[in-house]
Amino acid sequence: MTGSPPIVRLGSVGKQFAVAGGSTVALEGIELAIAAGEFVSLIGPSGCGKSTLLRIIGDLIRPSSGTVEVNGKPAVRARRDRDYGMVFQAPVLFDWRTIEQNVQLPLEIMNTTRGDRARRAAEMLDLVELADFRRHYPWQLSGGMQQRAAIARALAFEPKLLLMDEPFGALDEMTRERMNDELLRIWERTGTTIVFVTHSIPEAVFLSSRVVVMSRRPGRITHVIDVDLPRPRTDPTRESERYFELVTAVREALRSERGAEDLGALDAAEITGEPLA
Amino acid sequence: MSPRLLAQARYYFPAVAVFVLVIGTWEVIVRVLNVERFLLPRPSEIYTSLVENWDVLAVAGRNTLIEAVGGFAIGLVAGLLVAFATASFALARGALMPFAIAANAVPIVAFAPIMNNWFGVTSPVSKMMIVAVLVFFPVMINVVRGLTSAEPAVLELMRSYAATDAEVLRKVRIPAALPYFFTALKVSATLSLIGAIVGEYFGGANEVLGRLIVESAAFLRFSTAWAAIIIAAAIGIGFYLLIIALERVLMPWHASVRAREP
Repeated sequence: MTGSPPIVRLGSVGKQFAVAGGSTVALEGIELAIAAGEFVSLIGPSGCGKSTLLRIIGDLIRPSSGTVEVNGKPAVRARRDRDYGMVFQAPVLFDWRTIEQNVQLPLEIMNTTRGDRARRAAEMLDLVELADFRRHYPWQLSGGMQQRAAIARALAFEPKLLLMDEPFGALDEMTRERMNDELLRIWERTGTTIVFVTHSIPEAVFLSSRVVVMSRRPGRITHVIDVDLPRPRTDPTRESERYFELVTAVREALRSERGAEDLGALDAAEITGEPLA
Repeated sequence: MSPRLLAQARYYFPAVAVFVLVIGTWEVIVRVLNVERFLLPRPSEIYTSLVENWDVLAVAGRNTLIEAVGGFAIGLVAGLLVAFATASFALARGALMPFAIAANAVPIVAFAPIMNNWFGVTSPVSKMMIVAVLVFFPVMINVVRGLTSAEPAVLELMRSYAATDAEVLRKVRIPAALPYFFTALKVSATLSLIGAIVGEYFGGANEVLGRLIVESAAFLRFSTAWAAIIIAAAIGIGFYLLIIALERVLMPWHASVRAREP
């Protein structure tokens, strides 16, 4: 993580939302640097602002305070330069386009030539193993396949950074594990940096090089847990002792945050001691 | 019979059966109960009248169709223009919406004589304007709804690509508005024929369906009036089917089209 400059750098980022009769603090004092090639998960209870934070990185939402740098430039410029791809919880495929046309959408907006578009789309559909379904419409595909198409679309223009907002949250457990395997394979092959929002602890541990644990409103980073599981990670990884230890560590980090809230005055750090290695 | 033909026959059989049954019952009841002709002529009489007066009916049908289609086109273009302006500019929304709603509130029957006065009783233009007013509102309101129907996630996706407003319009808003647009067209197709005929009731050139119905009824030629009504209905159905065919070609991906596959 040393050497190359971070691809995402957040400096004391805060966000307030206006609500009836005042404002609510969604995020406060967020400091985070993500190195190129990392896989970082943001995890926390619902309403902790993890999706908001992801959108701030993508310049879909402006922060109220602090600085956001992506790929060494302000987030606005990074968005205009198409430095990142985005995957949402819903696949957000266009009903009126075939799978291959959906994957080509960002390339059309970027004025890529027809030939390049077709070639890139074919490569991406190969990567997510949907080549046989390129002429299908989204409604002819299962939820997991639709989400794979959305990933192909996000990667079609070779962004340096992939932002994923609970992309597998709507899938059943079995499909989710298979999608996790595939995502790691894609990540290892493309070398893209991934920031991944989830509220599944096993998913965060299995995928990530680091898990960032956030607290409920106001959203703060309470723990950053390094995941030292060897790669490539496969099914045996899910049964290894270290995997369970790390799942427990993340769970306790999340719980300590909740405990701190219940006990009010006590500081989270006092209960758990140092954040885990 | 091929399986496909058989499937189609099975699909259409109920509708054909109901049609035959209704016409048959009508014929029998009128004969058995000796219903007065001016109240309800027999289907067979209407058919005879249809054949005998075919030349007059065809000319009247054509003239009314021209009025309906002309007015349909004017209302369509006006509705689309206002819809796009309204969906794109908040200022236009505030400025145009009240008038659009007011136009919809105009009772068309009260409006018809005024249009006849403005554009000439015998001119087809006066009927076209009546039709245009009728068609304008459903087109406008549906297309506005369609253009603004894109989900927030879709707009976020386009924003993440740094897409321009024009690209969002072309790649998201217009395709998303198509189903709404076709809903409006289906309503408008039949409305346009109603508008034209109602306009004709208040005076017009002689060779149109509305006049033909009014005058046949005045001279107690009820079977001719009914024949004219059938022509009007046939034109309306034809217009409607044309739009459905267009819908199938332009948006084969849409759920409503998929569900209709026999």
